[in-house]
Amino acid sequence: MTGAEPLWSVATLVPLPVLLPLFAAGLTLALHRFATAQRVISVTALAATTAASAALVVAADSGPIVVDVGGWAAPVGIDLVADRLSALMLTVSGVMLLCVLLYSLGQGVPEGDTGDEKPGRVGDAIPVAIFHPTFLVLSAGVANAFLSGDLFNLYVGFEILLAASSVLLTLGGTAERIRAGSVYVIVALMSSLLILSAIGLVYAATGTVNMAQLAMRLPEIDPTVRLALQLLLLLAFGIKAAIFPLSAWLPDSYPTAPAPVTAVFAGLLTKVGVYAILRVQTLLFPVDETVDQVLLVLALLTMVIGILGAVAQNDVKRLLSFTLVSHIGFMIFGVALASEAGTAAAIYYVVHHISVQTALFLVVGLVEWRGGSTSLDKLGGLAKLAPGLALLFFVPALNLAGIPPMSGFLGKVGLLTEGVTNGSGLAWALVVGSVVTSLLTLYAVVKAWNKAFWQTAPPEIEPHVPLPRGMVWPTGALVAFGLLLTVAAGPLYGYAERAASASMDGHSYVDAVFPGGSERGTGESAEIVGESGGKSAGEPGGEAP
Amino acid sequence: MTVLENTPSAVLVLAVGVLWASGIYLMLERPLTRVLLGFVLVGNGINLMLLVAGGRAGASPIVGNAPPSVRMSDPLAQAMVLTSIVITLALTSFVLAMAYRSWQLNGHDEVADDVEDRRVARHAAINAPAFEDADDVETGETLDEEAAEVFDEVAGDEDDERPPKDERAPRPTKDTKEGPR
Repeated sequence: MTGAEPLWSVATLVPLPVLLPLFAAGLTLALHRFATAQRVISVTALAATTAASAALVVAADSGPIVVDVGGWAAPVGIDLVADRLSALMLTVSGVMLLCVLLYSLGQGVPEGDTGDEKPGRVGDAIPVAIFHPTFLVLSAGVANAFLSGDLFNLYVGFEILLAASSVLLTLGGTAERIRAGSVYVIVALMSSLLILSAIGLVYAATGTVNMAQLAMRLPEIDPTVRLALQLLLLLAFGIKAAIFPLSAWLPDSYPTAPAPVTAVFAGLLTKVGVYAILRVQTLLFPVDETVDQVLLVLALLTMVIGILGAVAQNDVKRLLSFTLVSHIGFMIFGVALASEAGTAAAIYYVVHHISVQTALFLVVGLVEWRGGSTSLDKLGGLAKLAPGLALLFFVPALNLAGIPPMSGFLGKVGLLTEGVTNGSGLAWALVVGSVVTSLLTLYAVVKAWNKAFWQTAPPEIEPHVPLPRGMVWPTGALVAFGLLLTVAAGPLYGYAERAASASMDGHSYVDAVFPGGSERGTGESAEIVGESGGKSAGEPGGEAP
Repeated sequence: MTVLENTPSAVLVLAVGVLWASGIYLMLERPLTRVLLGFVLVGNGINLMLLVAGGRAGASPIVGNAPPSVRMSDPLAQAMVLTSIVITLALTSFVLAMAYRSWQLNGHDEVADDVEDRRVARHAAINAPAFEDADDVETGETLDEEAAEVFDEVAGDEDDERPPKDERAPRPTKDTKEGPR
């Protein structure tokens, strides 16, 4: 115990995005009889998480912040690392989770009915008592995955969010949700098994699962083994991120869940996969031409096949799920370019896509509330019946398609510029593919717009029903947040570029975890480092004596 | 540290292979319970692999428990195996609950076709050469309802042959179909 240590430092903030939601989850579970208390706790926890993440964004700009969990220094203990990329992802996901939570609160209470304590069904068949704790656990899992500086802890983060997401997806246990849920759960289980086996093999090959140490050791091992490890990790994370041949599960399982759940899944869960791919590709494995080529081809296929699927749909939720798959291709495109500018564009695109895709799914929830269906054949006339709703759909829809000057456009310009700079035939093919995908996205959302908002209203839709404010405001806030990404594009893009250059470089990350060797943490841990070093491969800990 | 000391025992490696192979075989089946058994087998295969990755077994990894000359087992591999066992337990119970619910609802626990499969099947049925008016094929059922009804074990022949309705367990009330309220 070093008594001189200050009680509070900026590092105190780092574990908060994981701890706060977890504690809050426990509390809400204990207080499941008191709906109001549950709500207050959930909202407070997520708001505090978002505030902490935003503070981390500022703090991490001057270098990664590392926290040793339990006071054990890096190679022995698990560490949480908040660098620019993690902090940015945390903040965006925090804002988005908060909006969705508020939206679900608005949805949970039908107006004039305050008896929301009856067990079972409230609103869209959300058993509220379960919803709050699960939602909080989900957000803790996501934060854990973003913050983890340890491959195994990253896996644990994935498992936490997988378990929570399975519960959320099958809320209420209706036949449709069980059908969709079983596909989702089996696919997710498979990818978890792959991640875990990849971790086992990485450990066998290098003797560590700490990411900073892996960044030092992986370049030294046999290139064939390294390639196998890289492909296995990419395969596992590719399932999570829904890259093309591994994406068939997504459009089938997402649309059946309640609107807020679908919104979170669509906005966040695939992005955690993309984040993991980004981390693995930039930090762990040195640039490998062949792998990048493969990723480029997959990105192209994801884009084109995804959007063709979207064009064929006549249900808004399914249509949006397919556009989600398609736009994952853009992010993989940026990662696969393996350059600073490409990575920066990919990061900006992830941020943009989280906000836009979530907003669209929330709007579709409102459309379903208002029109009684999400099938384009049964909707109509909403532009006249609910002009505000039409606006809420229109703005993010155009943003998704990449109409200038919105954030989707900026992200795509970044990607296309870098693709052209790259200049290889494959990169050009992707540039063309991106443009075609954007146009087809525009076609798909305009088709949804025409059918749901412009065609004459079917008689079943009642006129003059005000939308519940509790659902409209969070949606509006998220749409506004998407626009804010455009207004603040300069600083944000600059931040993404700094995050990308730090990730591509990797030194700042490794140096932060092992400053001048492995002498960090409390007194005891340094001792243990010395003892356990040299277990199987490489030298102990630090890169330089 | 010589290389030989970390060479894994062939028996363990073989066991990992066998567990993986049989697990994957089971996971390719349709009923959820078999998929689950496959998951458990592969999970155990991976746990064993993690142990192998930790090197040869030695003294228990507690400082001061064994003389310094004796090599300790790798505690990290054991910690990872423990964590993964806990996670597997949680997910296993969840999948079991889901299989049970599926059985309650449908009278079987097979993973249903996805909706896109049904869409393709429906189009194929419409496009197939027929002697009657193809437009009559429209059943009024949604794809979701169709997908829930198609499964392997009863019919035995073509996908389009659905089991007679009265053989199935009573359908749940369709409270989610009516939108959020």
